[in-house]
Amino acid sequence: MYVAVKGGERAIENSHAVLAEARRGDAAVPPLTLPQIAGQLGLAVDRVMAEASLYDRELAALAIKQAQGDLVEGAFLLRAYRTTLPRFCASLPVETERMVVERRISATYKDLPGGQVLGPTYDYTHRLLDFSLAAEGDATSAPRADTPLNATMPHVTSLLGAEGLMRPEAPDQEREPADVTRDPPRFPADRSARLQTLARGDEGFVLAMGYSTQRGYGGAHPFAGEIRHGSVAVEIVPEELGFPITIGDIMVTECEMVNQFKGSRTEKPQFTRGYGLVFGHGERKAMGMALVDRALMAAELGEDAVHPAQDHEFVLSHCDNVESSGFVQHLKLPHYVDFQSELELVRRLRAEADLRMAEQQREAAE
Amino acid sequence: MATLARAPRERLEAAIASLAPTPQWERLRGPEAGMVMVRGRMGSVGGAFNLGEMTVARCAVRLDDGRVGHAYRAGRDLRAAELAAVLDACALGPGLPASLAAALAAMDAAEDAARDDRSRRAAATRVDFYGMVRMG
Amino acid sequence: MSSVDGLSPGFTAPVEDQQACFRAVLEATSRPGTIVTLAGPTRPPAPLGGAMAAVALTLVDADTPLWLDDAIMAGAAPSWLRFHCGCRLVADPSSAVFAFAADAAALPPLSRFFAGTDEYPDRGATIVVAVAALGEGHRLTLTGPGIAGTAMIATTGLQKGFAAMRAANHRLFPRGVDVILVAGNRLVSLPRSTTVSSPEG
Repeated sequence: MYVAVKGGERAIENSHAVLAEARRGDAAVPPLTLPQIAGQLGLAVDRVMAEASLYDRELAALAIKQAQGDLVEGAFLLRAYRTTLPRFCASLPVETERMVVERRISATYKDLPGGQVLGPTYDYTHRLLDFSLAAEGDATSAPRADTPLNATMPHVTSLLGAEGLMRPEAPDQEREPADVTRDPPRFPADRSARLQTLARGDEGFVLAMGYSTQRGYGGAHPFAGEIRHGSVAVEIVPEELGFPITIGDIMVTECEMVNQFKGSRTEKPQFTRGYGLVFGHGERKAMGMALVDRALMAAELGEDAVHPAQDHEFVLSHCDNVESSGFVQHLKLPHYVDFQSELELVRRLRAEADLRMAEQQREAAE
Repeated sequence: MATLARAPRERLEAAIASLAPTPQWERLRGPEAGMVMVRGRMGSVGGAFNLGEMTVARCAVRLDDGRVGHAYRAGRDLRAAELAAVLDACALGPGLPASLAAALAAMDAAEDAARDDRSRRAAATRVDFYGMVRMG
Repeated sequence: MSSVDGLSPGFTAPVEDQQACFRAVLEATSRPGTIVTLAGPTRPPAPLGGAMAAVALTLVDADTPLWLDDAIMAGAAPSWLRFHCGCRLVADPSSAVFAFAADAAALPPLSRFFAGTDEYPDRGATIVVAVAALGEGHRLTLTGPGIAGTAMIATTGLQKGFAAMRAANHRLFPRGVDVILVAGNRLVSLPRSTTVSSPEG
């Protein structure tokens, strides 16, 4: 039996109105502007861009405002908007060695070429609430050094590579990378598909999976070889021009984790790298991503793949918060008819059980 | 084209306004907003992977004299993309107008200054390690 | 940049024109045999007619590799298509998602185009063929979904073996290629689900 149920239009309309009123908050307080969100809640904007998989600071700020600061909902809004735009082409791979660095640190080499650049970080703050921010603060200005940083900074992994201690990346193949937004998933997944999925994955999920590898569910012994954050130029080769042009700059965060690899029958002991790259400033996410990237290589390196973070399907099918939020929250939709049939089934089974138990009692009594 | 891609719209408007006679153009395509799929390299040096998309505005125009200009700019500013395409066309061929040459140089200088300032701000946070000599 | 110097513009109002074209192609595909008329761009490059150019501007993009026959490859159309659609041109018919043929007589066998896979039959190619005329000439009988009973179309310039190629294509169902016939600004769609027979042999 299927019963179509109508109604609720007015309740829904009014619910939209209530949402709008709640979103606006106290009308006596000035509304937030998008430049305020983009400028002063920059890390929230970064997270929404990364998880929406769309780099546009203004749109991400709008999504945050519309979602009342719910960043997962914001990422959902931006993903939805993304589907309305045509894709012109793919870029050339961004060259992070030529990043205009805002921050760059290594936990493996103290004196690396280019130096340790702390940049804007919460790492050395005391995590004490700063009540001076509760008052409306004036603009502050940080000191400037006399000379800028080096224009290019070598990666730590390239230093290890030069000594033959780092397992080389597969050479730059002409092969087109997988695109998880176009191609259906296959397991085991290609590494390009893994990295794309992790880059847009939920920060909390990716972080927890990375954490699990450190706590014994992955056998990882990672070092933060390098973390860098800054802007990179994006170049494309339009079909009609046939030569590369720069279309602008984006901010990204990159992490290269260095992990020991005991070697195999064909390979000597060496280091391997796990790689993380995300839109905006997202160190926690980039580090988690690098740990998970390395864990997902287990089978390829001949290691036992027994932990959740090493399971391609488990990690990649569950790391997207738009998908997981959608599937969990769809349970709120009316399931009246489904539940009706469950109800009837359970009642019938109970009636059968009653009969059976009565039968057993009678037999026992006899 | 990198200069015109990075310059703020106000500078593009001013550069067009400085041209005499004012250029006349036909739109060949756009201005329109779309996306470019940004790619990274696996392990920073390996094969490509798809990182995520970015918004891009693009335009192609043809001037009255037949010169064709193109622009692709990060973001969704359609007007800026059209102006950048017109300026790209105006900069083609011999005889770059002096006012346009000056405008392009000023755009580059402003971009360089902003980049230098950011880099020097970061450089001020570079760690200078020093060793302590243990006595006895 | 010389390859685009002589190019004409695409749609005048891209969003509205694309939506109108999409709606018309959808209508034609839902009712195979129905001739629809499309408003194409004002000056498409020869040998592209208005309907073929409109289909390109509406459906072809960077995600859909395009194969062109020799007649189209010879002129300015390849540059125009790459510029407006941002598509890659491919020489191998089997790697194309769309294929455009201006010379119907020289159309390669349909079996040379990609027919999709059992898992993803929707990925079969769409082949747009220009014929000399629609509505007059050799008659084809159509049956299948979207057609009440049978429908009839008449075309001029389609090669003799077309009905036989379609029959072979039909046997692959749900795999197969979809065909769109165009003449000037007119278009008729023959999706893979349509059975095409030639009463005149």
